[in-house]
Amino acid sequence: MAAFLLRRLLQTVPILLAVALIIFILFSVIPGTFASSMSDDGRSVIDVQVMERMNKEFGFNDPVYVRFGKYVAQLVQLDLGTSFRTRQPVTKVLAERMWPTLMLTFASMLFSIVVGVPLGFIAALRPGSWVDTVSMVGAVSGLSLPKFWLGLLMMYLFALVLGWLPSFGYGDGSLRYLVLPSIALGVAPMALLARTTRAAVLEIMNADFVRTARAKGMSERKVVQWHLTRNALVIVLTTIGLQFGTVIGQAVVIEKLFSWPGLGSLLVDSVTLRDIPVVQGAILLIVLSFLVINTLVDVLCALIDPRIKYT
Amino acid sequence: MLKRLLITTAIALAIGGVAEAQTPRKGGTIRFTAPYGSSFANLDIHTSNRAQDEIWAKAIHRSLYNWDAAAGKPVLELAKSVEASGDGLTYTFKLRDDAYFHNGRKLSADDIIWTYNHLMDGGKAYPGARYVRMIKGAVDVEKGQAKTISGLRKIDDNTFEMTLTERIDPGFYFWTATTSIYPTGESQNEAFASNPIGLGPYKLAEYVPGSRLVAERWDKFYNTGKPYADKVAIMIMGEASARDVAFRNKEIDASILGPAQYVAYKNDPELSKGLLEVAEVYTRVMGMNPEFKPFADKRVRQAINYAIDADLIIKRLVKDKAYRATSWLPPTSPGFDKSVKPYPYDPEKAKKLLAEAGYPNGFEFEWTATSNESWGIPIAEAVIPMLEKVGIKAKIKPVEGSVLSEVVRKGEYQAFLWSLSTGPDPQAALKCFHSKTPQTACNYTLFKNEEVDKLLDEAGSTNDATKKVENLTKVNNIVFDEAPYWFFNYNKAVMAHQPWLKGLQPNATELAIQNFEEMWVDESSPAAK
Repeated sequence: MAAFLLRRLLQTVPILLAVALIIFILFSVIPGTFASSMSDDGRSVIDVQVMERMNKEFGFNDPVYVRFGKYVAQLVQLDLGTSFRTRQPVTKVLAERMWPTLMLTFASMLFSIVVGVPLGFIAALRPGSWVDTVSMVGAVSGLSLPKFWLGLLMMYLFALVLGWLPSFGYGDGSLRYLVLPSIALGVAPMALLARTTRAAVLEIMNADFVRTARAKGMSERKVVQWHLTRNALVIVLTTIGLQFGTVIGQAVVIEKLFSWPGLGSLLVDSVTLRDIPVVQGAILLIVLSFLVINTLVDVLCALIDPRIKYT
Repeated sequence: MLKRLLITTAIALAIGGVAEAQTPRKGGTIRFTAPYGSSFANLDIHTSNRAQDEIWAKAIHRSLYNWDAAAGKPVLELAKSVEASGDGLTYTFKLRDDAYFHNGRKLSADDIIWTYNHLMDGGKAYPGARYVRMIKGAVDVEKGQAKTISGLRKIDDNTFEMTLTERIDPGFYFWTATTSIYPTGESQNEAFASNPIGLGPYKLAEYVPGSRLVAERWDKFYNTGKPYADKVAIMIMGEASARDVAFRNKEIDASILGPAQYVAYKNDPELSKGLLEVAEVYTRVMGMNPEFKPFADKRVRQAINYAIDADLIIKRLVKDKAYRATSWLPPTSPGFDKSVKPYPYDPEKAKKLLAEAGYPNGFEFEWTATSNESWGIPIAEAVIPMLEKVGIKAKIKPVEGSVLSEVVRKGEYQAFLWSLSTGPDPQAALKCFHSKTPQTACNYTLFKNEEVDKLLDEAGSTNDATKKVENLTKVNNIVFDEAPYWFFNYNKAVMAHQPWLKGLQPNATELAIQNFEEMWVDESSPAAK
């Protein structure tokens, strides 16, 4: 296991470097600079000298390869550079926005797991029943609903019509403000988890070892507990891991809609304003989170299912 | 159009009048919005000139001048009086002696001089440098050839002298938040960017990046009795639909409306009672690049103006949330000529002009535009069939705002669609058409006209205010006739506000930017306590 973890850790380095290179090249190719974004509204006129100074201050006068070399040299020292916009270290900017995104991601994944997994399980145990039909229709709908629209609909229903919850904002970071954005973000993974769990349980239910267990007279409760749950959990956990990464990435829309101060809204603002160091830092952080979560999932799967061996 | 504008202005003034007639109530929180998409840059307002950042800066900072929305001109803010020398180049400011920074220190002439020197730091890119550059010797500091601006001289703690390089009204140069006065040396501290110290009516209490900024009353603010509210909470809400729900849910006190919302709010018996409409000093235009051959001919540019039914687009697509443009300068400008009529919709005349210019079968051009609903692709899409009627084919090139800004400055376009600032200073706005103004500054259409150059030079050197305005009016009319742009509309900014929010100002330079000390909430506000 230790060797596996070490290998995964080492694999992370080239992946992150490759991602950094891709982002760097993309932002070097696409037009628009931080200086030009300062007057994108037509109102805010910036004069030529100030624009030139900005480009000089942010190192745009160097060729791309020199800038990339400098960037990699910084990365090696775990320095993500300085934000053009805030003039603060990118690590500080990211740290400020990390916690709200983590809160939102964990809350939405919690919602998707707590609702999605039992729903899929129940549907699989009663295939063809009304519970199965209703939950799967719901799951397909949940997957197809655009997040922006769903978020807006929830704002309208739960804030404006029912008056139960605040429609937007971070408030004091309390759960009241977290409910709507996390559900809006969690509906799609919930639906996917329900479908995956159902498929996994159905597949295992027809497996030879389950038939054997039943033939040997094992009670249905024990079959579910020892064979179905444990085996399905590996598939479900893998899906959860993948969904975690997806949810972090998809938080962009929801954070903007709900004025949630997380990494997603930071990323959108930074792309719009060409704050390249922050875009690079935020994407690297999201990729790193994805890799870490999936490594953790692999480890968990190995602990649950002794047949899984990592060398 | 003018009649409508007068009615709107009357309504705006009436709203202001009603607010003043009532006794302002102390206490409560003003829950305002920053509606322009992105989060605030940082809390060092010298580093950003975006409207979004100026919204919070108005709560915390103050500049030498301020914008008087009712009078439509800059007025002294941190100075009690100013005297101009006979040659109109040197100004002596007597500072007010009751202004205190949020760290408790009293404002002095040193702070003003330090701030302007700081803005000219050649190693930093402060947008406010473009204004300070008008002071004699400021360029030397920028280039590192001098340590202090020679045109700034302290006379005593409350008095300083400013010598300019041109005969301009300094009020138009030193009122925006990007020239906010900082306490000497403070902004050098790293903590300043997250804990700004200003002279404004409110001091920073909390900032959640990407979500909100809260400021609380500064008890030593110089305007006695102001501010009224205990706190101002500014929510960063770029999504119009989310703002709509929050506004209807009474979670925010004001919201900037787009065309679609404008219609919905206007048709709602309750919401329509709280609409503030202002003709902002922006002109929406299609810029034509003379280096693209057909646009080098004035007749072609005029033909474009005749070929488009701008009134129809304003009515149907912009939902009347705009005023028809009748020149470059907006109607609030002293250089605006009320007698000038807009180009009428006349496709036959357009065809005739095109034929005379050698394009009887029209031509094809690429039109660079953003997705903005009021001055972007949706407008271009409505215009294209009209142009096709006279034989001109346009192909849209969609870009982002920052890209548009770049390609226009570099001249890498055939035509572009944008909203451009045409105020508040008519002299500065029209200087964009001086042949010596580079494309990278604001002469985006490479305008060149000897008569215009002469009139502008005269306007810049005369002390005679009447002659100056006469010259500027002539320039504005020549530009309109030369048609480097298709003159589309002047923005009508609309702010929806709750019935309990009072004291909003019809700020034509940018409606979302308000002096918070003028505003108050009555007891019916959910945040009245």
